Amino acid sequence: MLKTLLSRVEQYKKYAFITPLLMIGEVAMEVLIPTLMAIIVDSGVSSGDMDSVFRIGILIILAAFLSLSFGMAGAWTASKASAGFAANIRRDLYGKIMDFSFADIDRFSTSSLITRMTTDVQNVQQSFQMMIRICFRAPVMFVFAIVMVYHNGRSLSTVLAVAIPIVTCLVFLVFRHSYSSFTAAFRGYDVFNRVVQENLNGIRTVKAYVREEQQQEIFNEATENIRRNFRHGQIIMALMNPLMMSVAYICMIIISYFGAHLINIGHMGTGELMSVYTYMGQILSSLVMTGMVIVMLSVSHASMVRIAEVLNTKPSMDINPDGVKEVKDGSVEFDHVSFGYGKTSKVLDDINLRFNSGEMIGIIGNTGSGKSTLISLIARLYDVTSGTVKVGGRDVREYNLQALRNEVSVVLQKNTLFTGTVEENLRWGNPDATDEEIKRACDVAAASPFVEAMKDGYKSHVEQGGTNFSGGQKQRLCIARALLKKPKILIMDDSTSAVDTATDASIRKALKEDVTDLTKIIISQRVSSVMDADQIVMLKNGRIDDIGTHSELLERNDDYRDLYETQTRGGNLDA
Amino acid sequence: MLRSKGGGARAKDPKKALKRVLRIVFGERKKQLVFIAAAIVISSFSIVYSSSFLGKFIDDFVTPLIGVENPDWHPVVMALAQFAAVVSVSVVFNYFLSRMMACISQDTLYDIRVKMFEKMESLPISYFDQHQHGEIMSRFSNDTDTLNQFISHSLVQLMQAGFTLIMVFVAMVMNSLLLTAVVLVFAFLTIRASTSIAKRSGKQFAATQENLASVNGFIEEMMNGQRIIKVFCHEGKSKADFGNLNENLRVTMTKANTLANIMGPVTMNIGNIQYVVLVVVGAVAVILSGGHTVGYTIGALAAFLQLARSFSNNINQISQQMNMVLLALAGAERIFELMDEESETDDGYVMLVNSIEDENGNVTECESRTGSWAWKHPHHDGSPVTYTPLRGDIVMHDVDFGYVPDKTVLHDISLYAKPGQKIAFVGSTGAGKTTITNLLNRFYDIQDGKIRFDGININKIKKADLRHSLGMILQDTNLFTGTIRDNIRFGKLDASDEEVISAARLANAHDFIMMMPDGYDTKLTNNGESLSQGQRQLIAIARAAIANPPVLVMDEATSSIDTHTEALVQGGMDKLMANRTVFVIAHRLSTVRNSDAIMVLDHGRIIERGTHEQLIAEHGVYYQLYTGAVELE
Repeated sequence: MLKTLLSRVEQYKKYAFITPLLMIGEVAMEVLIPTLMAIIVDSGVSSGDMDSVFRIGILIILAAFLSLSFGMAGAWTASKASAGFAANIRRDLYGKIMDFSFADIDRFSTSSLITRMTTDVQNVQQSFQMMIRICFRAPVMFVFAIVMVYHNGRSLSTVLAVAIPIVTCLVFLVFRHSYSSFTAAFRGYDVFNRVVQENLNGIRTVKAYVREEQQQEIFNEATENIRRNFRHGQIIMALMNPLMMSVAYICMIIISYFGAHLINIGHMGTGELMSVYTYMGQILSSLVMTGMVIVMLSVSHASMVRIAEVLNTKPSMDINPDGVKEVKDGSVEFDHVSFGYGKTSKVLDDINLRFNSGEMIGIIGNTGSGKSTLISLIARLYDVTSGTVKVGGRDVREYNLQALRNEVSVVLQKNTLFTGTVEENLRWGNPDATDEEIKRACDVAAASPFVEAMKDGYKSHVEQGGTNFSGGQKQRLCIARALLKKPKILIMDDSTSAVDTATDASIRKALKEDVTDLTKIIISQRVSSVMDADQIVMLKNGRIDDIGTHSELLERNDDYRDLYETQTRGGNLDA
Repeated sequence: MLRSKGGGARAKDPKKALKRVLRIVFGERKKQLVFIAAAIVISSFSIVYSSSFLGKFIDDFVTPLIGVENPDWHPVVMALAQFAAVVSVSVVFNYFLSRMMACISQDTLYDIRVKMFEKMESLPISYFDQHQHGEIMSRFSNDTDTLNQFISHSLVQLMQAGFTLIMVFVAMVMNSLLLTAVVLVFAFLTIRASTSIAKRSGKQFAATQENLASVNGFIEEMMNGQRIIKVFCHEGKSKADFGNLNENLRVTMTKANTLANIMGPVTMNIGNIQYVVLVVVGAVAVILSGGHTVGYTIGALAAFLQLARSFSNNINQISQQMNMVLLALAGAERIFELMDEESETDDGYVMLVNSIEDENGNVTECESRTGSWAWKHPHHDGSPVTYTPLRGDIVMHDVDFGYVPDKTVLHDISLYAKPGQKIAFVGSTGAGKTTITNLLNRFYDIQDGKIRFDGININKIKKADLRHSLGMILQDTNLFTGTIRDNIRFGKLDASDEEVISAARLANAHDFIMMMPDGYDTKLTNNGESLSQGQRQLIAIARAAIANPPVLVMDEATSSIDTHTEALVQGGMDKLMANRTVFVIAHRLSTVRNSDAIMVLDHGRIIERGTHEQLIAEHGVYYQLYTGAVELE
């Protein structure tokens, strides 16, 4: 997992490698400076030697400038490496998700993919920056400081030999105990956020049923959970500071005592003793810092796993780049096709169908009968479990996937428009379409009247999800967008459900008369939408119940007749 | 979840926000505040004490012993013991301080969150119309998080650093005025440097936030539209667009982080240079005074150097916290803004009570549940309380309404519905159908005219009771996380399992629920994502059925559900509507045809009214709708 992520550092590798070096340089200066400070006191100030005061003073200033330069350079390289790393991860995640098949998207779910690309990447970026800056800094500081203490105080370093393992244990214990409380608190946050979100979305329901108090209770419970765990974690963390202070003070007292002896017999200068104090502080703080980094890393561990999971997913569909690039015609054939989304369930069972190029096909059936699944196999949105689907006389798997999808235009049931203008949205179908072609497509889809009636016409703004258009308008724009691709096969999955019957009829008429070479496959709940099709396929529980023209089915199929009669007798006002 | 920009990182009035935060944290905790103040004084004192102790220790106890044979170690041990005693007191206080702050900060956060939610639940619907959900959400998550950071960490640290600064300053002045002056010069430099870095990095952080918002927005839109991207082979274009946004984010983020990261090295090395200058100046002072007891000594210099370090450390700490503090106060301001919003008002005094009706038709109040209800109506003029049975008779008389005062969207709406009658509203989007239904339960208040429920002006009825007597089935079903049973019980919290099942049966939901692996105990998450649209509607119908209100307001769903489920939904609705006064925003012809009266709305006015047959005969707008000549939403 770590390898998957770290390989994304790429062009920022040099920054990522230089950062620890710069950090080591900075730390070296930070460690050197207290020694110089000791010397300046011992050999300069004590003996009244102003020359050496100036000489060493200049050395310290030099060291400070070096430390500053290393520090600033390190700040830049660390930021450059971590922001670049995050950008690369985002880019690769995005690219990978774009390569996902429908089945892969189903598996991950959209909301989880969004979290992975946003919050998770941010967490990983933060810990990466921590890692290249502090992960090296703290241990290096630790080692340097120990060397310096040994150099300055020799026998005093035994104090540290005892203190360091104690501190390490304490740090470890405190973090381990508080960690479980904090993770529990973070889980509490999920519930907390969910309750707020649900109440925001469902405020009308809550108010209509006067359930404010009940929701408050649920909320309070979630909040109480956060409070309890957070408080518990923080109370344990509150031990950290006093413990470290105790150890530091105890060391200070012991060092002072033995230091006094060393000074007494002339084995140590007073300045040296002062610098030992400073190093001790550095050693202890580097231990705490390491502890903190470990906690940070373990918090972001979950994020890393989630990101790596996406990056390591092999798209379940081969896009077949070397496949056949040309689709001969719009004929479609299903040969003993079966399909299931999981391993067990069978959504389609032994389907055999043949649609000729240019025909209009209607498909009707209940939800769950497999209509949407059936048509999604034609554009190879999913791969069949067994059997073959043929387009233009060839197995769909033999085609270059992009070439196939360019010839098979699907207007999905859950369709949407994107932020931008009407024209930009339509050009999804064909970036090079002329104004003339756009107008033609809108004419066929009965979209041009309302688009042209708008103030900015085809340049009118579309909001995210197309919320500033009515359902019927959105559907007509989506049909126009699909037509602009100039496909050989057009599939409309319940794409006119919000369009009034008259407009629906005019769209079908235009499709039938104006684009004759196009195979049109229409899924609908409305008999009126499919009744003039060349073939009507009735699906039932993943099997073909009947195939025929309207008049044939009306005559021999009871279900079809029932459906037709209820719909024409009752009729739907708008759907 | 996406982080919203959350309106500007800077607080408008940080001082006011700070005062209010402090009042919330300490207002009710005077005793703890005394302890905290004491602990801060003690710990700051011990910091000053321990940093000056070393110098004194070396000067007074170690230096005199240099070269002495068989020295007397007793004074040294005593000095160290005294030091140990002082610092252990400070360690103990320090521990209790951290512990207390952990409790205080979490308790405060708890209170703030609970109050925020309480406020949110009490706000009028119009508030939710005017504010983006993401923005409200971010007050609950991001803003309380930064406030938490502030209260649990920064607050004490700042107080401690501030107080230590004063103590250290006094100690420095007492030690040497000259050197203190040097330190002040450097302190000034440090503050200048850090504020200028903070200003720049603040600017870059704002830009980063903006870029992050657009990257996240793009991700959200594209992830939701992924299938369409694939169907149109739009992957390449969308990758390129994303690449540009991603690059912008990378550039500003690098700048912002660089600036934030250089703060530490800059302030620290100003401190180092300060040290050298102090040593040089101090050495001159020591040498000039001859290094003797009367003058300035090495020990005094060593002590001052310690003090000076702790002084600059504290200044660094404060300047590094400043950004965090301002961020937290900006968040606090947004939280307070929500808390200060005007709650929904309720001047109603007519209440719904259990009632018994005797043979003479006299209605009296009853403590226990009787199954029948009455409006208890006290009168201002002192006349005796009257009881009106709850029947579901609704009258609207010349109602005008606008969401904003000078823009009326409903004009002169008058209608009546006798108990058990069904009124259908039809009309195009924006005609005002939903608005009318939202007035009945007082989601919004009318501007002019009157609405009466069983003859009582609805403004006189307590909102909770009014809403209890009105069932609502909204177009978009909202289910809550919990079991299916919990969701149906939402309509009546004390319903028995039998009641839940019979409500589900009435709604035609029982069969599909029993098909689920855990039946009524099936867990629903994320607005019931595991259910189909139609199944969610069935649960919503069951939820309304169990509440058993005399009046029902329904907004029929437009989204297409399959014929089979639609038949179930239709059947469920029909059963639910029986024997109730019903207002329905109709999309299905069968619903409309079975109505006692149809109101055709256009631009906030009722333009046609009558039964189906009457309206068809009229050959007006309704006729056009019916024949499919006009599109209806």
